[in-house]
Amino acid sequence: MFSYLPQTETDIREMLKVIGVNSIEDLFKDIPVEILKKTPLDIPEGISEYEVLKRLKGLSEKNRQGLSFMGCGSYDHLIPSVVNHVLQLPNFYTAYTPYQAEISQGILQSIFEFQTLVCELTGMEVSNASLYDGHTAASEAITMALNTRKKADRILVSGTIHPNTRAVIETFFSDNPVKIEEIETKDCVTSLDALRETIDESVAAVLVQTPNIYGWTEDLTGFADLVHENKALLIISSNPMSLGILKSQADWGADIAIGGTQPFGLSTYFGGPSVGYISTGTKLTRKMPGRIVGQTKDVDGKRAFVLTLQAREQHIKRQRATSNICSNQALAAMASGVYLSTVGWNGLKTAASQSFQKAHYLYKRLTEELGLKPLADQDFFNEFTLIIPEADRVLTDMESQGVFAGVGLGQFFPDQKNAVTIAVTEKRSREEIDAYVDLMKGVLK
Amino acid sequence: MSKKLIFEMSSVGRTGYRFPDLDVPDLPLKDQVNSSLLRESIPVLPEVSEVDIIRHYNGLSKRNFGLDSGFYPLGSCTMKYNPKINEDVGSLPGFTNIHPLQSEDSVQGFLELIFETTKSLSEITGMKWGTLQPFAGAHGEFTGMKLFKAYFKKRDELHRTKVLVPTSAHGTNPASATIAGFHIEEIQADERGLVSVESLKNQLTDDVAGIMLTNPSTLGLFEKDIIEIAGLVHEAGGLLYYDGANMNAIMGKVRPGDMGFDVIHLNLHKTFSTPHGGGGPGAGPVLVSERLVDFLPVPDVKKDGENYFLDYNKADSIGRVSGFYGNMAVLVKAYAYIITMGSDGLKKASEYAVLNANYLKEKLKGTFHLYYDTTCMHEFVLSAKKMKEELGISALDIAKGLLDYGVHPPTIYFPSIVPEAMMIEPTETESKETLDYFVKTMLEIYQKAKDNPEELHEAPRNTPVRRVDEVMAVKQPILKWHAE
Repeated sequence: MFSYLPQTETDIREMLKVIGVNSIEDLFKDIPVEILKKTPLDIPEGISEYEVLKRLKGLSEKNRQGLSFMGCGSYDHLIPSVVNHVLQLPNFYTAYTPYQAEISQGILQSIFEFQTLVCELTGMEVSNASLYDGHTAASEAITMALNTRKKADRILVSGTIHPNTRAVIETFFSDNPVKIEEIETKDCVTSLDALRETIDESVAAVLVQTPNIYGWTEDLTGFADLVHENKALLIISSNPMSLGILKSQADWGADIAIGGTQPFGLSTYFGGPSVGYISTGTKLTRKMPGRIVGQTKDVDGKRAFVLTLQAREQHIKRQRATSNICSNQALAAMASGVYLSTVGWNGLKTAASQSFQKAHYLYKRLTEELGLKPLADQDFFNEFTLIIPEADRVLTDMESQGVFAGVGLGQFFPDQKNAVTIAVTEKRSREEIDAYVDLMKGVLK
Repeated sequence: MSKKLIFEMSSVGRTGYRFPDLDVPDLPLKDQVNSSLLRESIPVLPEVSEVDIIRHYNGLSKRNFGLDSGFYPLGSCTMKYNPKINEDVGSLPGFTNIHPLQSEDSVQGFLELIFETTKSLSEITGMKWGTLQPFAGAHGEFTGMKLFKAYFKKRDELHRTKVLVPTSAHGTNPASATIAGFHIEEIQADERGLVSVESLKNQLTDDVAGIMLTNPSTLGLFEKDIIEIAGLVHEAGGLLYYDGANMNAIMGKVRPGDMGFDVIHLNLHKTFSTPHGGGGPGAGPVLVSERLVDFLPVPDVKKDGENYFLDYNKADSIGRVSGFYGNMAVLVKAYAYIITMGSDGLKKASEYAVLNANYLKEKLKGTFHLYYDTTCMHEFVLSAKKMKEELGISALDIAKGLLDYGVHPPTIYFPSIVPEAMMIEPTETESKETLDYFVKTMLEIYQKAKDNPEELHEAPRNTPVRRVDEVMAVKQPILKWHAE
C-alpha cells in the first residue's frame, strides 16, 4: 500500500520472532500508556502518487506567475539548463553532510570549488561552505566581529540595508547586550559623515550593503579607513551578480563579505532556498561559522578534500562554538557553483552588464518619457527606486495585466508608500521592457 | 586517480552558456555610473564547455555516496528514501517562478501550503501552531530558544538563564541555547541511559529556564519518566524544548505536546523525507504549545474565509528569523510526503522504523557490544570498546571497513557517553534483505578483526580516495584553489 515501506507480512512476522516479541506494539512499551496516542492523527489518510501530483499541481496553479521586474533580494535571472541536471544527480542530492571523506569526495570537491569561486568574486581570501541566506549571514558576520573585538559592544548598521536583514539581525541580537544602531543616510545612501560622528572604539562592526535596498550603489570610498582607524570590522553585503561589473568587497577594503547567491542558478522560489555566502581574510579563518572544506592528501598521497577546522564547530565545541550552524545549503551552493563555472567570467560579466544596461534603459524611458521621479539621484546597478503616485493601485493594475512591476517599499517603510523598487535582469527582452513602459503609461493617471 | 578541479579544466575562450544578444543600447558603463564604482580586478573563473560541466559533475557524483546508492544507517540523521514524486512536484513552475514579495493575492497556493503544512505538523507533534521559517534544525533550535526568552521577558522572569541539556544531546542544542543568551548546565544520564530524575530535581533551581531533550534520546531510548520530568520542570517554572531529530520513532504513536513539551523543532530533511542535499538545504519548522503561540516569528500565515494572508501584527513576536519564509522548495516536498503517507502511513513509518532497528539490534548484539541492552526505538548504539581493547579495532576502523562493502557507516563517536560509539539508524524504508546484508557485512568485519586486523586498519581500499590526512588539513589549511 505504501510504496516506500517494503515490509511484507511475512517479513514482519519473522522479524518480530527474532526480536522475541509478539507484536509491533510491544516495541513501544516504554511509552507511558497515559500518553500513547490511541486515536489516529487528525490528518487525512495517505493517497496515491497521482493524487499527490494533482493536489500539488493545483496548489502551484493558485500562485500567479508573471513578467517579473521584482528584486529586493530575489531576482529572475537566466538559469542554464545544465544547472538543474547536475542538481538531479542522486548521489549529490540524496547524500548527507560529507562526514566520511572517502565516499564524499564529490560533495567535498564541489564545496571546495564553491569556496574558491566566492573568494574570486569577493576578492577575499577564505570562504566557508555556505550559510542559510544573505540575511542570516549578516548575523553570523556580526558574531565574528564581536568574537574578534571582545570589548566592543556596538554594531553600526546602515539605514539602507535590506529591512529583512535588519529584522533578522534585530531578532538575533535582541537578548544580547550588544547595541545595534543605525547609521544615518543621506539621499538614500549611507552617510560617511554620520558614520564619522558616531563611530569610536566601542564599535565592533559596521555593516553596509551595496547595491542597497533601493538599488542605489554606495560609494564606499573612505569607509574602510574610517572603520579600521576605530579598530572595527567592515562588513559589506552585496548582490553577487553586481560583482560582475562593480567593485568587490575586497576592493572596498572589507573585512567580511556577505550576501546571497540566489542570482546564480537558483530560481526565486518564494524566497528559498538561497545561499548565504561569507568570506574574509585568513586572519579571521578560525572565527568563521559553519562547515569549511580543506584540501589534503590520502594515505597514498592523492589529493583529497575533507571537512576541516572543525574545532570551531558545535559538534566539537558545543556551547563554545563560533556558531550553532550544522546543516547549510550545500546543494543550493552547488547550483551557484555550477552556474558560475558554466558561464565563466565572460558570461558573468555579460549577465551583469546586460542587467545593468536593461535597467538603465527602463529607467531612462520611465523618467524621461513618463516623467516619473527617482527617489534619489544616485547610481545604480540593475534596480532603482522611483516615486510612483498611487503606487499600490499602479502595482495592482500592472499585476492584473501580468506584470509584476516592482516591489512597493511601503511594506518596509511606512513613510515611503509611493516608492517602488524596480529590478531588471538580462532575462527581460527589450520587447518586454517596452511593453512594461506602455502598460505603465496606461495605468498611470 | 585524483580528479581535476573545474579550474584545472579551464581553457581560455570556452563557455558553457550562450546569453541572448543585448537588445537595448550598449552604452559605456562609465557614462552611466561613477567610474570609481567599477571593478578592475578580474576573478579567475573556469572557462569550460557545457560538455565539460556535465562530465565534471557526473564524475564528481560518482565519487560520492548517496542514499540512492545504498544503505545509509547514519544514526540520528534518518536517512530514509527521498521519494521521486517529491522532486517532481518541487520543480513545478508555479512554485519555482514565484517571487517572495509578490502580492498575497498572487501567492495563495504557497500560503495555503504553508498553512496546511503548519497545521499538519502541529497535529503530528501535538502542538498548537508554528513557523516554517527556520532553515535547518539548529536554526529551529535557536528560534525555540528565542521563544523561551520572549516568554520569560513577558513574565518578567529574565533571571531564568539556565538551560539544562543532557550530555548525550546534539552539539547544536547547547550552541543554540548559548547564542540565544542562555547558559548551559549538563544533565547526567543514570545507569539506564536515561535522564536521572533525582539529579534533575537538584538542578531545577530558581534560575532554570528549561530543558532541551531529544525523546527518544540519542541513545535510541525512550525517556520513560517524561511525564514526571515535564511536571517537575513546569513546576519549577521552566519550559521544555523537544529536539525533533528523532521524531521518526514516534509519529502517530505519541506526541511531544502530550508528553508536556512546549516547543519542538522538526528536521524535515530527516523525518519528512526531503533530501539532505549533501548537507542542506534542510528545514527546521518550530511548533509550540498554546502558551508560546503569541511569540512566534512574523509573518504568520492565517486564513480568512477562503483567503490566506500574511500576519505581521503580532506585538509579542520574536521577529523575523529568516529573510523570507524559509526553504520553500523543501517545504513543498515535505508537504507532498505528508499527504502521500497520511495519518496511517506516518504511523506505519514509525512502527517499521522501530521494527527495523530492533531487528538489527538483536542480530548484531551477540557479536558487538550493545551498550544499553533493552528495547530500542528507531536507533541503537553499539560500542566497539571491547574490540578496541582486545583486537585493536576501533569504531573508526569498522566504519572505514564498511566503506569497502558499499554501505554507509553508522554515526561514530556520538553520543560521547558511549565509548567507541556506533549509532545505527536503519529507517523504515529499508527491506529485510538490506538489513540482512548489513548484518552479514558487520559479522564479516568482526571476523576480519580477529583474523586479519591489518586489513581493517588499512581500509578502505576500493573508495575514490583512501583515509585522508585530517591533521594536515588543519595544520596547513588549503581552503581554495590557487592559480599556479
